[in-house]
Amino acid sequence: MNVGVVVFPGSNCDRDMFHVLSDVFNLNVHYCWHAKPLPENLDAVVLPGGFSYGDRLRAGVIAAHSPIIQDIKKISEKGIPILGVCNGFQILVESGLLPGVLLKNDSLNFMCEWTNLTVENNKTPFTNQFELNQKIPIPIANGEGRYFVDDETLDQLERKNQIVFKYDQVVNGSSNQIAGVCNDDGNIVGMMPHPERAVESEINPHDNKPSSLIFESLLKKMDVNN
Amino acid sequence: MNLESHELEELKSKIGREPTSTELQIVAAEWSEHCSYKSSKKHLKMLPMDGPLVIKEKGYDSGVLDVGDGYVITAHIESHNHPSAVEPYGGAATGVGGVIRDILSAGTRPIALLDGLRFGDIEKDQHAKWLFKNAVTGIADYGNCLGIPTVGGEVEFDECYTNYAMVDVAAIGFGKKENLIKNHAKKGDLVVLLGGATGRDGIGGSQFASDSLESEDRSAVQIPDPFIEKLIIEAILEARNEKLIHAMKDLGGGGLSCAVSETADSLDIGIEMDVDKVHTRESDMHSDEIMISESQERMLIVTDSEKLIKLQDICKKFRIDCSVIGHVTFDNKMHVKKSGKTIANISTDIVANATLLDLPSKKPIYLENIENTKSFPLLSDYSEIMLILLASPNIASKIWVYGQYDHEVGIRTVVKPGYDASVLRLDNGKFLSIKIDGNPKQCYINPREGAIGCFEEACRNVVCTGAKPIGMLDHLQFGNPKDPEIFWTFLESLKGLTDFAKDFEIPCIGGKVSLYNETPKGSIKPTPVIGVLGLIDKTPLRIQKINSGDCLIMIGNTKDELGGSEYSEYIHKFIGGKCPVVDFSDSKKNMNAVLEIIKTELIKSAHDCSKGGLAVAVSELCMTNLIGCTVSLENVPGDKLDNDKILFSESHSRYLVTFEKKNLQNLEELLKKHNVSFKTIGEFGGESIQFTADSKPILDLSVDKAQKTWLNSLKEMVMHA
Repeated sequence: MNVGVVVFPGSNCDRDMFHVLSDVFNLNVHYCWHAKPLPENLDAVVLPGGFSYGDRLRAGVIAAHSPIIQDIKKISEKGIPILGVCNGFQILVESGLLPGVLLKNDSLNFMCEWTNLTVENNKTPFTNQFELNQKIPIPIANGEGRYFVDDETLDQLERKNQIVFKYDQVVNGSSNQIAGVCNDDGNIVGMMPHPERAVESEINPHDNKPSSLIFESLLKKMDVNN
Repeated sequence: MNLESHELEELKSKIGREPTSTELQIVAAEWSEHCSYKSSKKHLKMLPMDGPLVIKEKGYDSGVLDVGDGYVITAHIESHNHPSAVEPYGGAATGVGGVIRDILSAGTRPIALLDGLRFGDIEKDQHAKWLFKNAVTGIADYGNCLGIPTVGGEVEFDECYTNYAMVDVAAIGFGKKENLIKNHAKKGDLVVLLGGATGRDGIGGSQFASDSLESEDRSAVQIPDPFIEKLIIEAILEARNEKLIHAMKDLGGGGLSCAVSETADSLDIGIEMDVDKVHTRESDMHSDEIMISESQERMLIVTDSEKLIKLQDICKKFRIDCSVIGHVTFDNKMHVKKSGKTIANISTDIVANATLLDLPSKKPIYLENIENTKSFPLLSDYSEIMLILLASPNIASKIWVYGQYDHEVGIRTVVKPGYDASVLRLDNGKFLSIKIDGNPKQCYINPREGAIGCFEEACRNVVCTGAKPIGMLDHLQFGNPKDPEIFWTFLESLKGLTDFAKDFEIPCIGGKVSLYNETPKGSIKPTPVIGVLGLIDKTPLRIQKINSGDCLIMIGNTKDELGGSEYSEYIHKFIGGKCPVVDFSDSKKNMNAVLEIIKTELIKSAHDCSKGGLAVAVSELCMTNLIGCTVSLENVPGDKLDNDKILFSESHSRYLVTFEKKNLQNLEELLKKHNVSFKTIGEFGGESIQFTADSKPILDLSVDKAQKTWLNSLKEMVMHA
């Protein structure tokens, strides 16, 4: 099973994600440099966190115009699982693959802290191993992490079950405390918190099992597909 | 700024002619205090710099330690005080950038940052608040963007820094020993300048930093661009993997003048370069400006023509500029040309080696009576004072600061900020523990003992994670060295650090001297900041939550040492009294005992007792575990003292150890074997922090109230004018 980790200039969680996918979950992982075409044999794609293009103009907006995004759009239409974490989520939103926008946190500061998520949708390729409403202790680290949608879109997201994760308390002013969403088809998931920082007990002061389910869900999904 | 007249005469006699204007600029930059260490270098030699783990290579700006299994740690500390005092955002950010490139120069990947920040009184002084807020944002924006976690540090406020800012940054790198750059060059090798364009920022920055801060010379402050720095890091590590680099140096203070002359001097070569080849931000820059600009995010690389092609491909991939500016010669000269004409041609050893000074020193008069003790009125209830201390800027939680730094990226951070020392996991299964500490209040009262105290405190913090100290970084920050009284305090601190380092066999692996730290009101207090690195072979202490019924042992004696304490200075506004003194023999015994009980896994946590004394250390345990504790003062090890001294004295070598009651006997036996002074002083439970003396309560504070005050105080000070 082949997973691509997309690297933009300024990505900085690419190596962490690579380590988790390959060393913890034993997947074949490939770095995919933004200026090259996406390899064709991928079973899943992850857009990792970081500061693509130094967050200039707006987080994710320049990377969203990279040529590789067209390739990602194409494979997403085939239903291939795609996960965007933090800056990866910002890029997916900016490229129109996911609804909504990410604004500056209401504290106006960069925030690095551990939070709790609840799982709102356990049907996606990244959440199929969770119970509904299961809690996930997980860290956030972002300056522009406040998810915002207008009321109409919010209704739509709720109706179509596109809200994947919520914070269990007010963290940064996100609409409805949303921390992660998926597209209409459910194969593209974006989330602000960092699961790759929470799956190893050595660096997780709380419980590493819930975050691991995000990747175990992917393994399960790919297992079923093969 | 120019050379002093006697230095100009010296230069003339050394080269046997009038220097050209470019030569003058180059030499003035390189002979500045900042680049040459001319006042301090002779004395710095007293520090022990060798040890079984120390790896030495020529031309390194960072220290290297062998951590086994083919891996190395690199470490360095720098400050950016002058620039941060003028433009705190850019000054602090470029301070981070500079020290990171020192780590990169050795061929290692930067994996962690620590910051020591010092400002004036933020409770009264709006300017200090502005400096503090912007320096924190500058560090956050730079480090976060690079994806290098800021894992620890310290923040302190003292009136001596009014209208000034102290921004110290330590950086840690990690890599394979075989990938270290072995700086070398052969004739005909090419000299390449890689990274950001050279502009008019940071002109004369090193001379600016080598004088008292009188004018707000904004053009001397560099402009940060973390995105370019990130690209440089990745490009250089890729070039390192492909073995394309013969020698490398970062451009920092003194810009090209310093990087070119020092590279040539350390490799015993000459370099001929052409300023027209340097990629610049503006087209009409004067050649002298190009030579001394301190524009950031630039690296100097020596390579050969074959490897250059691959290096250029890597630069193309990352879209960073790279110019061949010259080549290696064998005449040991720094030869600078413009449009084919020579504008400087001077021996590198003249440029790179300023004549070292032997400045006079004299014990300051203010020290005569400063250690006379003063008694403060004894109270029957210290609860209110305790709450005031927990809300005070130096003791309040620094979560508002480290919450803005990404301290998790890189997925190495095992022990996060907010504890004694931070712990990072390494690729060989070992762990690195790191802490930086300063204490200008104690260093002012007794420069020698204060400096030793900083060193011991950093060791204690590292020991509390289960790590054995293996290396030290020293950052010596003082006022104008030409004042013999200030120079005396520098020498005393240095001698103290040397004695401790030798006795404890902890080599100094890197450091920095920053002088001329003066404000309109005079010199800052002596501010040595000491970083200690510790290594854990197996597992670090996994801090466990304290539960009701758990016990508290105190190791180490509390002494009549209120001098420089927060209680004395913040509560009673008194500067003076007996400075805490480290007893080397007790210190060593206590460290070894704590390391051993951590190994036995009999304890839940170990916590160092320092700022605010025992009362604050116990409160911190209660507030982070949300549990009460009752401590009997008469059980506290040490001489019989007044209650305020037991509560608030900041004596060194003290540790608080928490554990399940069932382990008491085993622990006592172990500690007795180590012959340390210790006693069980309290038990956890309930909802309040309580201290009793002769069975009577003298301090009783709700944990909930204490915690809210402690956590929110600093944020409220910053956010509300």
